[in-house]
Amino acid sequence: MAIKIGVLAKQVIDPEMPMAAFRIDESSKKVVPPPNIPPVVNGFDENAVEAALLIKDAQEATVTVISTGTEFALDVMKKPLSMGADELVLLQDDIFENTIDSFLTAQLLVAAIRKLGGFDLIICGRQASDWDNAQVPLGVAELLGMASISLGKKVDVIDGKVRVERIIPDGYEVVEASLPSLVTVSNELGQPRYPTLRGIMAATRKKPTIWSSADLDLDSSQSSSRITLRDLFVPVSDQDCEIIEGEDPADSGRLLALKLREDKVI
Amino acid sequence: MADGTGVLILGDATGGELGSTTLELLAAGQKIASELGEQLSVALLGDTLDVPAQQAISHGAQKVYAVNHPLLAKFQIDFHLSALEALSKEVGPRIILVARTNEGRDLAPRLAFRLGVGLAQDCLEVSVDSSSKTLMANRPVYGGNAIAVVTCDQTPQIAAIRPKAYEPAEEDSSRTGEVVSFPVELNESLALTQVVDTVIEEAEGIKLEDARIVISGGRGLGGPEPFAHLEELAKIMGGTVGASRAAVDSGWVPSSYQVGLTGKTITPDLYIMVAISGASQHMAGCSGSKVIVAINKDAEANIFKEARYGVVGDWETVLPALTTALKELT
Ligand SMILES: Cc1cc2nc3c(=O)[nH]c(=O)nc-3n(C[C@H](O)[C@H](O)[C@H](O)COP(=O)(O)OP(=O)(O)OC[C@H]3O[C@@H](n4cnc5c(N)ncnc54)[C@H](O)[C@@H]3O)c2cc1C
Ligand SMILES: Nc1ncnc2c1ncn2[C@@H]1O[C@H](COP(=O)(O)O)[C@@H](O)[C@H]1O
Repeated sequence: MAIKIGVLAKQVIDPEMPMAAFRIDESSKKVVPPPNIPPVVNGFDENAVEAALLIKDAQEATVTVISTGTEFALDVMKKPLSMGADELVLLQDDIFENTIDSFLTAQLLVAAIRKLGGFDLIICGRQASDWDNAQVPLGVAELLGMASISLGKKVDVIDGKVRVERIIPDGYEVVEASLPSLVTVSNELGQPRYPTLRGIMAATRKKPTIWSSADLDLDSSQSSSRITLRDLFVPVSDQDCEIIEGEDPADSGRLLALKLREDKVI
Repeated sequence: MADGTGVLILGDATGGELGSTTLELLAAGQKIASELGEQLSVALLGDTLDVPAQQAISHGAQKVYAVNHPLLAKFQIDFHLSALEALSKEVGPRIILVARTNEGRDLAPRLAFRLGVGLAQDCLEVSVDSSSKTLMANRPVYGGNAIAVVTCDQTPQIAAIRPKAYEPAEEDSSRTGEVVSFPVELNESLALTQVVDTVIEEAEGIKLEDARIVISGGRGLGGPEPFAHLEELAKIMGGTVGASRAAVDSGWVPSSYQVGLTGKTITPDLYIMVAISGASQHMAGCSGSKVIVAINKDAEANIFKEARYGVVGDWETVLPALTTALKELT
């Protein structure tokens, strides 16, 4: 029987944008999307798509990508489809705005997962590169009462179990759980595959399922907030860098050593 | 939900001693407990808790909840969650502090969701607003490009604190406190995950997190071989070697070398960064270093906004000269 895999993926402002392009609107406490730099699928979520496709390469599986947000760049969000995912479900509504509140996001994703009939395996990124919360996946697992294994660098499904190589500070451990389970993955999983031309063609033809909050079965306790953003600011760095300049780079290196000794750094 | 009272720290007693991050939480906790005028307590889970319980008291805890159970000897998330859910409901704290360690990263969000409350994740600093008794948490977001101040809307208010954000609490063996045992019922069937193997790939020498001198290399090194130069310098200086994510992703060094937001947090006395641009996500793991030195051929690289000393030049020329000079000095 085909394994049903759900991948949770978020559209984010490109974290690799030049630092100078990073702007905050302090009054609305929002990051201003940089003009001319398109959003991206959160990097770790591309790793999650790759993890799902690697399973699909080896056995019969379907891969459904789910995302919540207020506004989507369709060409960006279709990337997982062009990589080889089967289906895209977009939950688009203004109530998805408060994305710093993982509780709300997780509740909404869970409602969508239930509506889709549940998954054998849910794969997520380790964290979203906007709010760096690293909470939504654990919340989804908790709300669904399933095991969660975080920071995976290899994910296999064997005999109804998921087997994950999970990064720990000094190496990795191999962890197993029965399905259904949730796994988060990190960039150590490896470079996600590039879309093929055939994949891109197929993705253009595919229509995403688009739901609003009204399509989900939610009560008010599920959509009430848990976290309030009080302030958002750019930290100021007051460091003055002393540039050590010798006659040539080698001389600078030598002078650096002397300077570190002189200032008792070493 | 009722208001709750006091500050509860989730301590780490796994090594038979109080973990260093727990000492850091005690420093953060003392501050906010005294601002609130409320009690500071520590929850310890494990199977040998006498020593860590006394350590918690001498480092400022007024009360220790000792949750003794053989199944808590090692970290297993489902056992720990079940015990902490019971304890938290019984004790009713106003604030819970957790360390965002390897274990805390999983534990804190799941505990918050289980209790139906919010979590301020990965905080650098916490304080309380004394009139409303609200926990104000400062946390880096957008890869460290911005700081968000967040509050939790329900009680208990939970914050996960980034390791090394606080200096450890001072010890004072004349302090006294109460140790209360808190029995829990656990059984094997609660465990949803099983660890079947552990593979240690740690580099030799001093641990990155503990080293007083760290020398890291980035994409600009161009390959794995130049890391040998960094190793040589590290050896001379009594330090250890780290890397940027770009170097790790290129497969030049194992992921245990990575410094940064999604790598290790380090606070050495001296941090030498070779051919690393200084992206905010890298700086997130090293901005607590006392002195940062940058070697980069691009004078416009961001790292020259963050470093104390810098050399603009090709590492292939600068590094050997630095190494030779340091050899002579030491
Ligand atoms: C969610 C997220 C999490 C991340 N987490 C981390 C993390 O934990 N740690 C981390 O490091 N990164 C992290 N990153 C990546 C980060 O954004 C940067 O991409 C990365 O740090 C860049 O590494 P680098 O400085 O080695 O490479 P580059 O940015 O490519 O910089 C290379 C530098 O080397 C210099 N150089 C080149 N040749 C020479 C030479 N011959 N001599 C001297 N200098 C030279 C160049 O001028 C340049 O400044 C994360 C990114 C995201 C989106
Ligand atoms: N709005 C969202 N839509 C879909 N998936 C999400 C969303 N927010 C978070 N996730 C998933 O949860 C992971 C961690 O996100 P976070 O907890 O916000 O850091 C991401 O890498 C995604 O896999």
